[in-house]
Amino acid sequence: MRVLVLAKEGEQSDAATPPTPEAMAEYQKFNEELVKAGVVVGAGRLAPSSQGKRVRFDGKKRTVIDGPFAETKELVAGYWLWQVRSIDEALEWLKRAPYDGGTFEVREVPMHEGM
Amino acid sequence: MRSPCTRACEGALAIGPRKREAPEGRGRAGTPAPEAHRAIEAIWRIESARLIAGLARIVGDIGTAEELAQDALVAALEQWPTSGVPEKPGAWLMGTAKHRAIDLIRRRQTLEHKNEEIGRDVERAQEGIDLDRAIDEDIGDDLLGLMFMACHPVLSKDARVALTLRVLGGLTTEEIARGFLVPVSSIAQRIVRAKRTLAEAHVRFEVPGGPERVARLASVLEVIYLIFNEGYSATAGKDWVRPALCEEALRLGRILAELAPTEPEVHGVVALMEIHASRLRARVGPSGEPVLLLDQDRAGWDRLLIRRGLAALERAERLGGALGPYALQAAIAACHARAATAAETDWPRIVALYDAVAQLAPSPVVELNRAVAVGMAFGPAAGLDLVDALVSEPSLKAYHLLPAVRGDLLRKLGRSEEARAEFERAASLTENVVERELLQGRAAECAAEGLAG
Repeated sequence: MRVLVLAKEGEQSDAATPPTPEAMAEYQKFNEELVKAGVVVGAGRLAPSSQGKRVRFDGKKRTVIDGPFAETKELVAGYWLWQVRSIDEALEWLKRAPYDGGTFEVREVPMHEGM
Repeated sequence: MRSPCTRACEGALAIGPRKREAPEGRGRAGTPAPEAHRAIEAIWRIESARLIAGLARIVGDIGTAEELAQDALVAALEQWPTSGVPEKPGAWLMGTAKHRAIDLIRRRQTLEHKNEEIGRDVERAQEGIDLDRAIDEDIGDDLLGLMFMACHPVLSKDARVALTLRVLGGLTTEEIARGFLVPVSSIAQRIVRAKRTLAEAHVRFEVPGGPERVARLASVLEVIYLIFNEGYSATAGKDWVRPALCEEALRLGRILAELAPTEPEVHGVVALMEIHASRLRARVGPSGEPVLLLDQDRAGWDRLLIRRGLAALERAERLGGALGPYALQAAIAACHARAATAAETDWPRIVALYDAVAQLAPSPVVELNRAVAVGMAFGPAAGLDLVDALVSEPSLKAYHLLPAVRGDLLRKLGRSEEARAEFERAASLTENVVERELLQGRAAECAAEGLAG
């Protein structure tokens, strides 16, 4: 199955300190392990919500809202698309990620029925 | 459905000769054991190939390596539900299994007195005992060695496929049996026999170099592609596709591409699988019926997989040299993937690519595919000439796609009655239920056309 892993790490302001080289190296090592295991099929990091837009639909009316968005803790900061055999496998991988904060959400992207 | 716990326990117990109780009782006593079991099963999926590979390097054979790995799994099933899952479960399993491996080698040593080779085994095993090293070690070569061993040419194709899914895919015997629609006992026997054959042939755990590597790698690629194809065009049964098998094959291919990144054909086979897999959804109609390539809704193709496939093909091309058979077939698949509509397909290029495949890996099936492309590029009459030359080919005697293709070309030429007979013949040759229905449908259409004309 394919799952979407949403990283809700909380909003990083532009002034926030960038991750240390050690933290980056650890993250890269983890990501490499995922790639080597044939798990990652896609990934991306999002630009800060200050550069984002929202469109609200209300009947025929469309309203464009400029970022940054208020709910800083719930904001998606990045995503992975993983090919795994079960949600449990995704959880086991995710638990190994070198993060010390934030919430990660795992959602299945239904493709087709299994065998 | 049976609980994951039962499956994991059963897998562990089916393999080892040691008798041990399945630690299921605790789960029923109301502790969060079922959750632990689910986690353990998932961890097994992640770790088993690396575990078995590392152990195979130490003990030299797949059978013993798998037994030791299963023993470690049983230990985890006993301990983790109460102690909790350790922080580094992979290292825990490897550490537990390595201790047992060393015990085993010592026992063997005592039994067989002083055998130099075993002495070296012990040294190697003891070197690897450090847990951190065990996990940080470059396991790449181990995994590659395991792939080469499971796909050894001394084994039959069926045996290679079953053993590969078992030790590299981490699938249970049941899951493999379900994938290939054969009885569980057949798969179990196939695996047992494969291990025995490897042991009797004294197949060593190694990553070969030079010309041997090329031949052995070809066998690995063949096995991966066989698994993919069984999922993509199920040869038997009532489902037209079994995506789970495609996913297993793709995963193995992606792993191999990381292990052997300088081998163009590895990227070739990955590209071929990614692009074909991109059409999995579009290939099946609302009631499970097959939808052939040119009739598919291209909006349903998975753009992510197409992009991955094209990138893999580019990687194969960048490595230089003439493209191999897999990369060429991927290039053909890429022609379809790049065409926004069926009418925009670059058929002359596809014919040229098939010419190249036919040069490298001539086969009647390739000729048949080439005939289809020629029919599309230069008209049905030109295609039919090529197909007619294949009719007497003994290896295609029972191949349903030969009359299917011939029927298609005849129909385009307005020879409905001959086309109908060909489609009916094709329907009688396939063992796949939905494909048979599709072919019978074509035959009926031809009959109607014949009456109308």
